[in-house]
Order: sequence, then structure tokens, then C-alpha cells
Amino acid sequence: MAIQILMPALSPTMEEGTLAKWLVKEGDVVKSGDILAEIETDKATMEFEAVDEGTIGKLLVAEGTQGVKVNTPIATLAGEGEEAGDAAQPEAAAAAPAADGPLAQKGKGENSRDETGEAPDRAPAAAKSAVESVATPEPDASPDWPEGTPVRQMTVREALREAMAEEMERDEAVFLMGEEVGEYQGAYKISQGLLDRFGPRRVVDTPITEHGFAGIGVGAAFGGLKPIVEFMTFNFAMQAIDHIINSAAKTLYMSGGQMGCQIVFRGPNGAAARVAAQHSQDYAAWYAAIPGLKVVQPYTAADAKGLLKTAIRDPNPVIFLENEILYGRSFDVPVLDDFTVPFGKAKIARPGKDVTIVSFGIGMAHALEAAETLAQDGIEAEVIDLRTVRPIDYAAILASVQKTNRCVTVEEGFPVGSIGNHLSAWLMENAFDWLDAPVINCAGKDVPMPYAANLEKLALITAADVVEAVRKVTYR
Amino acid sequence: MARKPAAASQADATSPAPTNIPRDELLKLYRDMLLIRRFEEKAGQLYGMGLIGGFCHLYIGQEAVVVGLEAAAKEGDKRITSYRDHGHMLAAGMEARGVMAELTGRIGGYSKGKGGSMHMFSREKHFYGGHGIVGAQVPLGAGLAFADKYLGNDNVTFTYFGDGAANQGQVYETYNMAELWSLPVVFVIENNQYAMGTSVKRSTKSTTFYGRGEAFGIPGEQVDGMDVLAVKAAGEKAVAHCRAGNGPYILEMMTYRYRGHSMSDPAKYRTREEVQKMRDEKDAIEHVRQILVSGGHASDDDLKAIDKDIKDIVNDSADFARESPEPPPEELWTDIYAEANA
Repeated sequence: MAIQILMPALSPTMEEGTLAKWLVKEGDVVKSGDILAEIETDKATMEFEAVDEGTIGKLLVAEGTQGVKVNTPIATLAGEGEEAGDAAQPEAAAAAPAADGPLAQKGKGENSRDETGEAPDRAPAAAKSAVESVATPEPDASPDWPEGTPVRQMTVREALREAMAEEMERDEAVFLMGEEVGEYQGAYKISQGLLDRFGPRRVVDTPITEHGFAGIGVGAAFGGLKPIVEFMTFNFAMQAIDHIINSAAKTLYMSGGQMGCQIVFRGPNGAAARVAAQHSQDYAAWYAAIPGLKVVQPYTAADAKGLLKTAIRDPNPVIFLENEILYGRSFDVPVLDDFTVPFGKAKIARPGKDVTIVSFGIGMAHALEAAETLAQDGIEAEVIDLRTVRPIDYAAILASVQKTNRCVTVEEGFPVGSIGNHLSAWLMENAFDWLDAPVINCAGKDVPMPYAANLEKLALITAADVVEAVRKVTYR
Repeated sequence: MARKPAAASQADATSPAPTNIPRDELLKLYRDMLLIRRFEEKAGQLYGMGLIGGFCHLYIGQEAVVVGLEAAAKEGDKRITSYRDHGHMLAAGMEARGVMAELTGRIGGYSKGKGGSMHMFSREKHFYGGHGIVGAQVPLGAGLAFADKYLGNDNVTFTYFGDGAANQGQVYETYNMAELWSLPVVFVIENNQYAMGTSVKRSTKSTTFYGRGEAFGIPGEQVDGMDVLAVKAAGEKAVAHCRAGNGPYILEMMTYRYRGHSMSDPAKYRTREEVQKMRDEKDAIEHVRQILVSGGHASDDDLKAIDKDIKDIVNDSADFARESPEPPPEELWTDIYAEANA
């Protein structure tokens, strides 16, 4: 029984080609790997090799023929008896349903791709972003800790350290790695004392090689550990961003759910003081753009602690963006054995009725200061702290905007492609009829961070910027 | 058996192939290599028919590397590689059906059709990908070894990469930390002499990759990667070094891919004669076939039976890969986040 040799697709985009030259003639005996013909694709001239052994029967397409469609029979091959049923025969439609496979098969879709090359319509009508599903129609306004719980003042730095120490006590698979986290006691003293407490097996000093140690951290997570990878600052994580995004964030999907990556990447993010452009950048919007990552940017010490504990327990890669300016600030932290804050739950940091100010991280300092100023003029701003920018608590924003009919966003990052831009678009789609004014985004200026003190001040957002934006949207 | 070296520098090879290998072992090596060869030929054919899309990097010619090293591995050892990964998966014991169905983008594939040729995984078989970014698997592999050392077991991770990846900066960051922390990782450089279309000589003046660990204190050796017995022997030595807690080891496998870098490679950077010479003189499968026949271990009929068996497995995988449905639309939105369970 003759095998038909088909016009091959020799590039991802090839639909037809020219059969430039036959290198065999009828009656030739060929084996696997012998070149049969030269074929011009849309990209190059390629040699086309035999897969099966046999004798060339008829050459069905003459050399020099242009526009030969992929999968057209171009020759016949008389194979040995055992090869007669080979799959090189032209494709009839797929026959019986698949037998039980080595892997679980869920559902049976229409098998249309063989013939048409077209993928079926994949997107459900009401396509939701992967993280949007976290949002619920009713915002969760429950307090972060029960009323009457004692609190104590603690710096953000202490809160982060306590969170790591508690989780390392709780779970042997959790360890910390990064530059100067051990013997130096932390470049910003976040990990102070952890080496003494947990030893060098679990507090691992690395060389200054972000690309390499981020990859090793991700590999360790694949291997079942729960690494906390500290970047001395997130500016340096750009050397490691391939592993954060391509290796950590995408592998669960690419593996069909087999291979998760439980890892926290944390460190200071955003502008520090007088360190210029390479050491002053807010990456919240960058990481928030990536499905597969979760992105946290706390403002208070309580959130720093509760969210970091949640991050360490989360089975997904989490980007935990801290802020050097905030490390030394003190806030109330509840005295509880195991205090955690869920992802995707915004907090109303200050209630109000006239305008909604949405912010996160150090932007909250400007937002709250502005709200104080505005209150003196009789404008009651409601300030929402997102706390996590992936997932985002859209329900909380929507509920507030439905009340105030106005929204201003505040963040330190660059203005193009910012979180504020995204929220503006989201509100336009989901709350257009509720808005009495355009949403205004307050962000850092569209310039690299300058060193000179006066210029640096001009580049950063201020409470005054927020006040001005609120006056615009309230027409006051 | 006297064999010509795969390349001029092959003379440096330090692990000679052992003789007197038991018949059953020889037959298994032959069979495992043949499965990869026939599987890849079939994959190339399905690509030509438009059933496999995008990039498809075939392993034909390099079979002895993974098959020889798998023969040196024990249960629990891990492996990770680049995008030229089909052979590694089959050698690790993953099902031909699941691999082929992933190539065709079907629900029966190892990644439910969502990973494709370059991204497949099997926790069960300790196969950790399948990585599409050149060199990225090197620190990832060291990280797997980090986890094993942390957990206190004696598993070893085989971290495969090519001569192209060997020039990546992250490889040397990883060498540094792997030796610093004595990680049980075997770095396997599959030197097939071409990084896509750029030959080793056009990529570097330092062409002996096995020696590049020396600066970090990592021992290495060059191996005839077309000789599965030499590969196995070198693998056993490297694995013993790692299991004994001595840190990483580098094996540079001198090998050759017969096909293009990917399916759409017109292969103008080397001559047809060069490829044919390797096929005629150095073919790893033919090498073992000759040992089997000349040593009286197997008759022509025995080998024909194996050929038939392999062909059945491969044809079955191709049938499965065509008949398995495409993933349902809902799969677009699954496996992005793992459920929190705390």
C-alpha cells in the first residue's frame, strides 16, 4: 500500500510553496533522512527529507510548480508491508474519539483545526481578567482585626521582620535569600537578627547576582521550598525580571496546572531620597500587568505584617513592594498570635462623601495629607488604600465612586501606563453613569528621577497635587 | 570499538566507553534512543502537515546524551532542559502520547495544550521543563538542587543546556553559587556545535566549555556524546561526585543535531556533506546496533521486533495527538493562579 508524501509546512506561516527541484526520481530507493526535494517557502529554500523508507512511486507534482498548497500529495512512496498504514497518508477527518490518554481529558471540543488551521473562539463572552474574579459585587468592609484587640506601635521595618520570623517558625520550607540578609543584618535592617535565630541554612547570603539567585530561588520553589527572595531594591530586580515573569509567573499556566511557584520577591521600591534615576522607580504598574503574579504594596505597618504573612503562604509568586521612606514610620499593629490581611481587599483609610481618592503604598501618605487639607475647606474625601494592585478590589472602588461620583488616583510611579490609567479606564467602563467629572490621575512626572534636590521635589507627587486634582473634579 | 571523534576537540574526552555491557542494558539503550528518533521524525512529519504549530525543535542526532545520562540516574533525581526537550521527556519515562498531544496543542497533552513543544513538565517523572528562554533553566536547575540539599536528600539534578546557552551570563552566576553552596547539580552542556545558525567557533574563542567551571572550582570533562556507553560512564562519575556532597560537576557532551535548529531552519550555515558524514560515521543508534549484532546479542529479527514495537508506540501517539480534542475555551482562564490553601 503506497504512502502519499505531502507538501510539507516548513515554517509556522507557510500555507503554500514552490516545489523548486526534485532530488529523487521515480524508482529510487530512499531511507529516512534522504533529501527528496528543495522547496521554497515564504521565508527560504528548504531541503525536504524523507521520513519513511521505501521506493519512490510517482512524482505527482512537477518541479518548478508554484503555489503548491500544504498537504497536497506530491509523490507516492511504496513502503515495506509494515509501513503501509503509516500516518503519512492524507488526513481524513479525525476518526473515533480518543481512547483513554496518559493524562486526564476533560471535555471534548470540536476538532476543527486540522483542516482549517483556525482556532475556535476561545474567549468567553464576558471575559474577565484572571484577577478580577477576586472582586465581589459587595465590598468587604469588615475590620482587619476584631474591635477591642490591643495594638502596639511598631515601625514598618519591625513589622516586616516579625512577619518573616513568624512564618519561618511556622513553616520549615520558608527561607530568606538575598544580598546582605545574613551577616550584614540586612542592607535596610529588615532581616536583623534572623541569621542568629534561624542559622545560615535558612538565611542565605547571596553574591550580587540578581539574575542568578532569582533563578535559583524560582528553581527552589519548583523543588518544593517557599523562598523569600530579598532584592536590595527593586531597581536591581530588573536584572532578574526574566525569572520573575517568564519562569515564576507563567509556569503554572504553561504546565497545565502541574507546577506552581510559591515564592515572594520583596524589597524596597520607588523613590528613595537623593539617589537619582537608577535607584528611584516605582514598579507597581509593571508587575501588576502580569497575569500569574500577585502584587502587594502596603502603606501601614499592620498591612506590611499581615500582607507579608499572607504573601509567604500564598501558593503563587508574589511581588511585595516596600518603601525605604516608610521603613522607619510607626503605626498601630494588632497584638494577635497570627494576624494576616487578605489579598484583594482594599481598606477605607478615611471615610468621606465628596470625592474618592484611590492610592496605595507611599501614595497613601500624600492622599491622607491632602484629605486633611481638603477637610479644612469642607471637602470630605474618602481615601481608599488598595494595598494589593493585583488583585485589585474593584468592588470597593465602585461602591465609593457610586457614593462620591468623583475619583482621583494617587501613585508615585510614572504617569504612562500607570495603575491610575487602568482604574480610569475601568471606571469609564463600569461606572460611567455615576461619574460627575473625569477621573484624574496624580502620578510622578514623566521624567527620570533627577538628583538635584529642587528638581527631585518637582518630579515627585505631593499632597498639593492631590488637593489641586480634587478641586478640579469637585469644581471647587 | 574504535570510533571517530565527533569533533576535533573530541580528543580531550576523558571517560572512555566501557565494554562488556549486559545484553539487556544494551537493548534498553537501543530501544530508548530509537524511540526518541522515531518520535521526532513523526513530530517533524506532523509539523509538515500543519498539525504542530509554532516552534518545534527536534532532538534527532543527540539521543545518546539523554539516554546515557538517564541510565546513570536513580529515582528522585531531577532533570530540566531548554526548548529542545522532547527527547528528555521520553527518556525520563513520560508518555509518548502526552508529549505528542502537547505538540498538537490538545487537551491530552502534558500541559493540556497550553504549553506546547517548549513547555512541558511532569512532577511524577521529576521533569521540570521545557524552558523557552535560552539559559534560564540553568539557575532553575541549580535551584532544584538547592531544594534537595535543603531537604537533606541525596537527589541530583541534571541541568541540560546547549553550547549557545553556555555563553549566557546567568550560567556563570549559577556556577559561582552552585560551587559556593556545594549544590548537587550536573551541568550537562549539549554541544551540538551550532547555536541556531552560529557555530561554536563563531561564538567564542574559548571553545572548551567543560573547562569553564575551573575558575569557580567545578570539575568538568568532555564526553563523546554520540557514544551512549561513554555518556553513561561519565554520568555515573558525575552523579557520584554530586551525591557524595562534593558540589556540581560539568559534562560537555560532544554531539550533533541532524535537523535544523527548528523546523523552519534552511540550514545554510553548514554543508549537507557535514551532516551526512556525522550520520554515516557517528550515529549513536547505529553504533549500539552494531554492538548488538556483532556481539551476538541480538538477531536481525530481534531488532526488527523492537523497530516494530517503537513504530507502534509512535504511531499510537500520533493518532492520540490528532484525535485528542483541543482544550475547551474555559481552559483559557484556568491555571493562572493556584488556590490559596492557608
